[in-house]
Amino acid sequence: MREITLSKAVNEAIAEEMRRDETIFLLGEDVAEAGTPFKVLSGLVEEFGTERVIDTPISEPGFTGIAVGAALTGSRPIVDLMFGDFLFLIMDQLCNQAAKAYYMSGGKLNVPMVLRTNLGATRRSAAQHSQSLHALVAHIPGLKVALPSSAYEAKGLMKTAIRDNNPVVIFEDKLMYQDKAPVPEEEYLIPFGEANVKREGKDITLIGTSSMVQVAEAAAEILAKEGIEAEVIDPRTIVPLDEETLLRSVKKTSRAIVIDEGHQSYGITGEIASRLNEKAFYHLDAPVVRMGAMDVPVPFSPALEDLTVPTVEKVTAMARRLVAGEMIHAA
Amino acid sequence: MSAARKKKTNAEDYLRMYRQMVRIRAFEDRANQLYLSAKMPGLTHMYSGQEAVAVGICEALTATDRITSTHRGHGHCVAKGANFKEMFCELLGKEEGYCRGKGGSMHIADQSNGNLGANAIVGGSMGIATGAALSAKRLGTGDVAVCFFGDGATAQGLWYEVMNMAALWGLPVIYACENNGYSEYTKTDEIAAGSLTARAEAFGIEAHVVDGQDVLAVNDLTQKLVARARKGEGPFFIQLDTYRYHGHHVGDINREYYRSKDEEALWRSERDPIVNFGKWLVDQGISSSDDLDKVKSEVEADADAAVAYAEAAPYPDTREVDMHVYAPSAA
Repeated sequence: MREITLSKAVNEAIAEEMRRDETIFLLGEDVAEAGTPFKVLSGLVEEFGTERVIDTPISEPGFTGIAVGAALTGSRPIVDLMFGDFLFLIMDQLCNQAAKAYYMSGGKLNVPMVLRTNLGATRRSAAQHSQSLHALVAHIPGLKVALPSSAYEAKGLMKTAIRDNNPVVIFEDKLMYQDKAPVPEEEYLIPFGEANVKREGKDITLIGTSSMVQVAEAAAEILAKEGIEAEVIDPRTIVPLDEETLLRSVKKTSRAIVIDEGHQSYGITGEIASRLNEKAFYHLDAPVVRMGAMDVPVPFSPALEDLTVPTVEKVTAMARRLVAGEMIHAA
Repeated sequence: MSAARKKKTNAEDYLRMYRQMVRIRAFEDRANQLYLSAKMPGLTHMYSGQEAVAVGICEALTATDRITSTHRGHGHCVAKGANFKEMFCELLGKEEGYCRGKGGSMHIADQSNGNLGANAIVGGSMGIATGAALSAKRLGTGDVAVCFFGDGATAQGLWYEVMNMAALWGLPVIYACENNGYSEYTKTDEIAAGSLTARAEAFGIEAHVVDGQDVLAVNDLTQKLVARARKGEGPFFIQLDTYRYHGHHVGDINREYYRSKDEEALWRSERDPIVNFGKWLVDQGISSSDDLDKVKSEVEADADAAVAYAEAAPYPDTREVDMHVYAPSAA
């Protein structure tokens, strides 16, 4: 199978959907000729024109609100939010307007809109361009949240997001844009709410999201050499969440670590761990361990920034301790 | 361009405008009574006094033209064609309400008549209206969007973001600012520097000021602007000077600390849009005071029947509490 970058995968997904459905258009800062700072959208304006690939002023709440209104009236907009950190600028339009329209109208108005943005630290971009804020939107009923972990997921989840009749926020890991993965030439979609078991194992379950799937897989590789068989699961969407696959795995392995790049407190790791504790408690040999990003603003200095995110070494070490039956009091 | 617009004689138009204004007043009088008699959950914001704005504008629109409304939105909803029965049901949280009781007074929406909904965030729908105009332009429907908002909302930054984009892209949107002189409990003079029209003009948007108590002046201006917006000459801004008879909300009874009783009495006795328009209709020989009284009693009987219906109507089944969070999606 051919291998393409995550960037190319996103580009293909959007282009294929825009060819299929005239009501889809794209708007955001520097999306047209510039193709975004990450060059993810290069070539789209040449094919679809400036009527459908619309450069906006630097007005995130404004263009998000415009997308909500367009989505309510027969269009299917894709909003490009240059950095995930800018979510704080658009919270009213996303969380008070887009997320609630279907419910508040008793099912009469809906908002088929995609907000594509990114997450991920260690790019030396400091505290306002490095955050992983998916927990923030996952908290709001009415929004769906997808976290692609490779080019394959990026394409399949984007196509599903565009066809969904609800507001979907899709977070790409900005460090993975140039990472290649096998992606079929033929069309495919990845349904929401279906986790992917990346690797089977019987000793411990490593649940990783987005960039942390790679970390979990690398940790599992090291653990395998030590005789520890780790199962690696990528939920792919956190709203909806495929609890069933996660529970089935944890009931088999009796131990789990949840790894995510958002801040650990009040985050995705806590939510997933809590559900496993509630629903698989009597199958567990140890409390489910959370491994999120440190609860600090992301620092600039590489010497500090690298300390803040879960790494292969930290995950491997924690897995060893859990499997050895060590009492874990800290995380 | 919608062909739905029928040729009507002016007299029919005038009498319909009169009836619609009377309907709004009758609706609000009963909504206020429902609140005062503790029959209505929550609270509400009265539109009484501002009827000529909603009616003058909505009578210049077709059913497929979109409006966005505000927390003080019953008048817009009635003027855009809504029925009393579904409106009162919504205010009382009943199943047959426009939003199945999930929106209430501050979120009432009637998509069948192009009302994209009231909005409880001041200025929250400015992006939505602009986006509806973008959809209309892109999809070639010929529809126009009217964004209703109050003078208080002109302090929100979102307006300046979306006016900029609407002007850059030539969108068929009309920003209709109902200037009732008060930003909640504060005189607008204290919160608004300079002139409101100058703010729109700064973006190259043609701005108008009209007497919001004069339904014909409002309607004449809006008809002209709507026709021009359909031809691609939008966006436009209208400042409609008007007055709200009640407090910010129904519970805002003792309000002399920000507004004198003399001032209120003067507007009611000298500037009432319904009384003055009624006098004009009689003076012009278009109607008689008997006929106008008949309109009033018919409307009041309708309103009373709708209130009685809504009071007796069932609440939604409790199973509906988690319905309409997400719209069904094929993918």
